[in-house]
Amino acid sequence: MCYDVSIIGAGVIGAMTARELAKYELKTVLVEATNDVAMGASKANSGIVHGGFDAKPGSLKARFNVKGCEMMPQVCRDLSVPYKNNGSLVVAFSEEEMETVKELYDRGITNGVPALSILDKAQLKALEPNLSDDVFGALLSESAGIVCPYELTIASTENAVSNGVEFVRNFKVDGISFDNGVFTLTSADGDTIKTKYVINAAGAHSDEISRLIGDESVELIMRRGEYFILDKAVGNLVSRTIFQCPTKMGKGILVSPTVDGNLLIGPTAEDVDVKDDTSTTSEGLKTIKTFSVKSCPTVSARNAITSFSGLRAHPVNNDFIIGPSKINPQFIQAAGIESPGLTSAPAVAEYIAEILVNAIGNVPENKNFNGIRKDVFRFRHATDEEKSAAIAENPAYGRIICRCESITEGEIIDAIKAPAGARDVDGVKRRTRAGMGRCQGGFCGSKVVEILARELGCSINDITKFGKGSNILFERTK
Amino acid sequence: MLNYDLVVVGGGPAGMAAALKAKECGVDSIIVLERAETLGGILEQCIHTGFGLHYFGEELSGPEYAAKFIDQLKGTDIVVKTDTMVLDIDDDKVVTAVNKKDGLLKINAKAIVLAMGCRERPRGALEIAGSRASGIMTAGTAQKYVNLDGYMPGKKVVILGSGDIGLIMARRMTLEGAQVKVVCELMPYSGGLTRNIVQCLDDFGIPLRLSTTVVETHGTDRLEGVTIAQVDDKLQPIESTKEYIECDTLMLSVGLIPENELTKNVGIGIDRITNGAVVDEMRQTDHKGIFACGNVLHVHDLVDYVTLEAQIAGQGAAEFILGGDKDAVYVTPETGNGVRYLVPQRVNINNKNEVKLYFRVGQIYKNAKVVLECDGKVISSKKKVKLAPGEMENVVIPADILAGMTPDSSIVVRVEE
Amino acid sequence: MKRELTCVACPLGCSVTVEYNDSEIISVTGNTCKRGEAYAKTEITNPTRSLTSSVKVNGGILPVVPVKSDKPVPKNMLFECMKVINSVTVEAPVTIGQVIIENILDTGADIVATNNN
Repeated sequence: MCYDVSIIGAGVIGAMTARELAKYELKTVLVEATNDVAMGASKANSGIVHGGFDAKPGSLKARFNVKGCEMMPQVCRDLSVPYKNNGSLVVAFSEEEMETVKELYDRGITNGVPALSILDKAQLKALEPNLSDDVFGALLSESAGIVCPYELTIASTENAVSNGVEFVRNFKVDGISFDNGVFTLTSADGDTIKTKYVINAAGAHSDEISRLIGDESVELIMRRGEYFILDKAVGNLVSRTIFQCPTKMGKGILVSPTVDGNLLIGPTAEDVDVKDDTSTTSEGLKTIKTFSVKSCPTVSARNAITSFSGLRAHPVNNDFIIGPSKINPQFIQAAGIESPGLTSAPAVAEYIAEILVNAIGNVPENKNFNGIRKDVFRFRHATDEEKSAAIAENPAYGRIICRCESITEGEIIDAIKAPAGARDVDGVKRRTRAGMGRCQGGFCGSKVVEILARELGCSINDITKFGKGSNILFERTK
Repeated sequence: MLNYDLVVVGGGPAGMAAALKAKECGVDSIIVLERAETLGGILEQCIHTGFGLHYFGEELSGPEYAAKFIDQLKGTDIVVKTDTMVLDIDDDKVVTAVNKKDGLLKINAKAIVLAMGCRERPRGALEIAGSRASGIMTAGTAQKYVNLDGYMPGKKVVILGSGDIGLIMARRMTLEGAQVKVVCELMPYSGGLTRNIVQCLDDFGIPLRLSTTVVETHGTDRLEGVTIAQVDDKLQPIESTKEYIECDTLMLSVGLIPENELTKNVGIGIDRITNGAVVDEMRQTDHKGIFACGNVLHVHDLVDYVTLEAQIAGQGAAEFILGGDKDAVYVTPETGNGVRYLVPQRVNINNKNEVKLYFRVGQIYKNAKVVLECDGKVISSKKKVKLAPGEMENVVIPADILAGMTPDSSIVVRVEE
Repeated sequence: MKRELTCVACPLGCSVTVEYNDSEIISVTGNTCKRGEAYAKTEITNPTRSLTSSVKVNGGILPVVPVKSDKPVPKNMLFECMKVINSVTVEAPVTIGQVIIENILDTGADIVATNNN
């Protein structure tokens, strides 16, 4: 069998592209190296929907950011992904920084960003009273928002799979050959996939994937960003996303609410020469503390419930690499997608689908495509009546597994049984929030392991935290 | 809507003892709501012995201690619902709970005893840098895997924190065939009971490193090792003392936090030191008719004391239900030198009985005195060979002293070196 | 000879000093109860410990049932006792107090279940 299209990498770009391609009569497969979707930068970033005033006018970043920001609310509605149009502020702490704010404003206008305004100190403090008294003013971007990045990836994949796209996990592409117009992808385990087109959405590994066809044009630098997530008790310290003035390393340390009601502080920006190392460092965590209090003096890492780090694939040329490879036009790059990659994803996906459909020619539309992904039952968001009705239908919704976040057994089973569903503890956590609360899985971790084993029909020591090698338990004691 | 005189939230040692005491005091309808599948709370997984010496005069394992109360409950008409999670308690004492069988439950209570216990402090609060590999878990989670599920959570183990669960798990893992490489403790003293250091570490030659912490974890899939370092007097790691230890498991025993989310949602006042409710001598919170006891009130080291405290709360709830609210005149005992907190935080001087104040010290003292001073007069001065933060102490305010107090009276507990 | 011990007889953990020579215990001081004195004497002559573990169960609610030695066993035999405990499987139902292994390794201690399963 030969696929029409193989998308390598089930990050937000790969997943949303898969969903776009599901709109056409194409045999599409989404190929993922790990045990789940959103395992790279898509699970570990700021979750910000940027307004689009940062990127250089004329760049792909600028084009897709503004378009993506505009598309995001509808995409999130269709996919039942938490999104909030909370707006963002770039805060200046001096007269000089106010100049930067003005430059950003002008750039935003050139990029076509709507609803930008410059605030003075009084206006700013009126909007965000918990900001430092040292603020000077700020750029307000009202179209900016926040989204849950892994939920967007999960939901897009689910919707793509529901509409006929295949999802293959644990297939790490380590060889690509091309013969008679057909690629053969070979995995590290020796499995193969035949495909007419390849979309390279392999994130941090997109340079290696590109090199497999002899295309050296994808040059990446790994840039690590570390974050703290603070308890919901301080989740409303600010209501907008608070940036400091950008530097050449990026947009600096932000303080932002998350769609789940926590507070996020970070990221650092440190160039590293490893690809899969998402370790945090004590220096990095220190940096976050130092810089976040500058914006918001009452922010304290003492409220941290966890810290994490993500790797951004920073392209050397400073812009997204999108389009057919010069080596082989049937190989389409979607590489070097760093910030504002999440925001740009819906627009990038649409654009790639367009390139493909044009290249193949005469592709009929998938008449059965349904772009709506209904949200599963979420106990914590349900009214008393909805809870009672849900439990009457399925008693598993009456058994709380994660106490901190009120996640039921029924929701965990749903996450496992969903299209491209959860196969490990972290997968359950990202889909349901079980284990994301204050106790960080202390109580529910072992129960989630039991439910996974039961639903997947395996033994509890086969269950992993995040795929191969990350098993939680060894053999039986007796 | 269901109606009960008393709703007890939690069926661990505290909840069971409170319910039984309230029954004994004549309360008619009592319901115990327990979130786990069985009664007994954390005792079910504490299969080591050492429970019950004070209360029963014999050394029992956790399940045996729990079984004594479970059996007593069976002989009463107290209603027990397990696998039932309380979601909310409102100002009018309406308890909302959920389970598979009954769905959403609304229970109207005359009085409520909060006995939700505590949870373990997770890694996130610690700022240990490094990877997110599997094999990093709290000691309590590991204890459940080994003792209830019957699976080994690790082979080569490093334990951070010398609280009792950490020490107990060091022995447990060793007996089950794992190699426990070291127990690290951030503070210059252990947070656990001395007997546990002797019989869980010393017996097996497991080193305890004080003033030492884990600064980094290594390994991408399963944990491969940790870096430990000594800390200075500001508890900051000393770079030159960093040391790599190969291990596949890091167990955390770095403190217990009372589970007071429900308590906070009702708006009950919380003590900043204990992280539990502020209570009077009957363990009544600042919301009339709502009582708290056991580890949700303050973390205990001995379950025997949890039982005793829960019985006070059970009696308090019974008196409230049967006799209604009585006028109280409160005096707030103060923490003097060396004393971190006092429970109860306020004492009703109209109370006719003696009141035991429980407390913990902030550091280790040798040959010190525990002094109780009321209205400037030393009431008692007890010599102690050793006082340690890991071991809860108490002093008694005699009934006659309380009887002589006025609303302006003072009560101070302090350590004299 | 003199040895400082921490009594493990109960959670108080008293510091106990034992004076002894080759043939007898001369004095025990620092203990606050009789159990402390007994503990100190045994600790010098023949140290013993209570042993707790679990035993494999067939057909129970849980795969293992917790057990304890009903009396302390010699400290130097803990791991040998564990080998015996690990080799045993019991059939459900198991009731609390049920003897699982009688007189383990001739120590005089029985291994008994400490919970129902």
